[in-house]
Amino acid sequence: MDKFSSVKGIAAPMINKSGNQLSLMMNIDTDMIIPKQFLKTIKRSGLGKNLFDEMRYDSNGNEIDTFILNKEPFRDAKILIAGKNFGCGSSREHAPWSILDFGIKVIIAPSFADIFFNNSFKNGILPIKMDEDIINSIIDESMQGEHLEINLVDQEIILKNRKINFDVDSVNKDCLIKGLDDIGSTLEKASYIDEFEIENANKRPWNILS
Amino acid sequence: MSEPKTIYDKIWESHLAYEGDGDCLLYIDRHLIHEVTSPQAFEGLRMSNRKVRQPSNALAVADHNIPTTDRSLGIGDKESEIQIQTLEDNCKEFGIEYIKTSDKRQGIVHIIGPEQGFTLPGLTIVCGDSHTSTHGAFGALAHGIGTSEVEHVLATQTLIQKKAKNFQVKINGACKDSVTAKDLALSVIGAIGTAGGTGYVIEYTGEAVTSLSVEGRMTLCNLTIEAGARAGLVCPDEKTFEYLKGRPMSPKGNEWDLAVEYWKTLSSDSGAFYDKTIEIDAGNLTPLVTWGTSPEDVISIDGNIPNLEDIKDDSKRSAVKRSLDYMNLIPGSPIKGVPIDRVFIGSCTNGRIEDLREAASILPGKKVSEKVTAMVVPGSGLVKEQAEEEGLDQIFIQAGFEWREPGCSMCLAMNADKLLPKERCASTSNRNFEGRQGREGRTHLVSPKMAAAAAIAGCLTDVREMEI
Repeated sequence: MDKFSSVKGIAAPMINKSGNQLSLMMNIDTDMIIPKQFLKTIKRSGLGKNLFDEMRYDSNGNEIDTFILNKEPFRDAKILIAGKNFGCGSSREHAPWSILDFGIKVIIAPSFADIFFNNSFKNGILPIKMDEDIINSIIDESMQGEHLEINLVDQEIILKNRKINFDVDSVNKDCLIKGLDDIGSTLEKASYIDEFEIENANKRPWNILS
Repeated sequence: MSEPKTIYDKIWESHLAYEGDGDCLLYIDRHLIHEVTSPQAFEGLRMSNRKVRQPSNALAVADHNIPTTDRSLGIGDKESEIQIQTLEDNCKEFGIEYIKTSDKRQGIVHIIGPEQGFTLPGLTIVCGDSHTSTHGAFGALAHGIGTSEVEHVLATQTLIQKKAKNFQVKINGACKDSVTAKDLALSVIGAIGTAGGTGYVIEYTGEAVTSLSVEGRMTLCNLTIEAGARAGLVCPDEKTFEYLKGRPMSPKGNEWDLAVEYWKTLSSDSGAFYDKTIEIDAGNLTPLVTWGTSPEDVISIDGNIPNLEDIKDDSKRSAVKRSLDYMNLIPGSPIKGVPIDRVFIGSCTNGRIEDLREAASILPGKKVSEKVTAMVVPGSGLVKEQAEEEGLDQIFIQAGFEWREPGCSMCLAMNADKLLPKERCASTSNRNFEGRQGREGRTHLVSPKMAAAAAIAGCLTDVREMEI
């Protein structure tokens, strides 16, 4: 996994319109992020072109002009801004794979679904949970194409005129910054797993299949 | 006396292989594997020259991609065929038991786990599929994981985890006529929302839960992920033990007795602490239906579609507006009577024998509306066989349903079973997301009985009126 330190770039807000009212889209589910027809791949790569496929292209495969990632400068977005419960639904890791393959490395939302949140870190994507009011305060700047800088080390979002702090769990932060391989670090604790397996087999022999 | 504990606390503590600063290694007893979320995990093992730590603790089957038409004709779709073949090849290479597509045990991964006795109380069970929560019905800690974690479990038999919080959902009273486990689950999601359980493990308690059959509990736990909680739990009891006794992979002989004795200690202690508790009265519930594109968009079949002006929260109102536009429904109008084109009975939510019995119970002497195409997809080959022994297949076929081969089918529409644009479906599945059952398709989640009633009426209808 690539090491993550800071990301600077365009931020694309996912917006719903109701009359003149603009608000962040809530409950963006993993079927929206990457529809099932793209889950037949046996690879991790190449899914970026199908990110948000059914919102991004019409049924003939033509781009839908009004969709944010089809507009300049958001085609080059490195940051996504969304409403509550981002990534709900299926456990498909194709969702973060497609987001990363598109070029997005940071997602800012008031809340995330658990499995998606976890899957993001495993792929070097930083999901930032922030108060909805604070997120709303950066939509205007984002819509105008202002670059945002996300500094993970200092836990800051840097805008032209101000800085906003964000929280991140220290274990996840460390893994992202060092680009750690989870499996490698768990295997270093193999002796604990060996011990546990002996205890498990003694206490609950029916748990073991052979 | 030690501190009173919940069943979740007990399973968590008994599976901690390592406890560090802020992160723990949770030992995983059982791993279910399917074709869609595993190829990249096996590829990862190969690239880093790693082995599967405990191949005998895993069980694999193809379900998501598989056609529900005659199996002897092959898979048909090239990409699906490659994915299914890749699963079989990977299982062979790494020594994992694979249930072939021609095997009568083949079926949806969450249906075959319990059927085979692979699922037991007190276990930790994972699968690269969010509906792994289903297995919590047995008092097992079971949840969905992504592909990186599938690889992690294959290589280490553990997961890096943080403990979740305890959430008690207590469902009191008794269900009235035609109110099923599906309705209980939808009412919970409606009450707490699709993010209401985020960060929690939900334990279902109360008379309405304990009086459910084991299969009903599976439906309830299955839908826990739609309320945002990765895992749902019901404490195991005599019904659980009776369901599991004699299953092919269940413990046998003396080991069975020891296991039951242990399983009886798993129930939550009285006075155990829950971070959150809600109570629902089952007696007040009616058959439910979803109107929108989120499983929390739940109303009673005799209710009305929401009015936009009644919704105070801006982002909620714009989400509802988007949903209603997508679903092509009129705000404020009754949900009953909305015409449908398709009916789907099946999925890991409602593809078990009791679901099929429930749906079939209202069909004798009736015909599927000529405007409706209706299909039944049994959850496994064994469910299909049992249904055929009971003559349920003939009841469905005579009413005008298609009787298919097992698989996930139109729940996620990865195979050929999908809605056409704008088609409206009464479905026993678990997600009504935009495009879930096919691009621009419109899904209403209902119980098997309500789906069967809709097939007959040609519209969303109240099954209670139909039976009279």
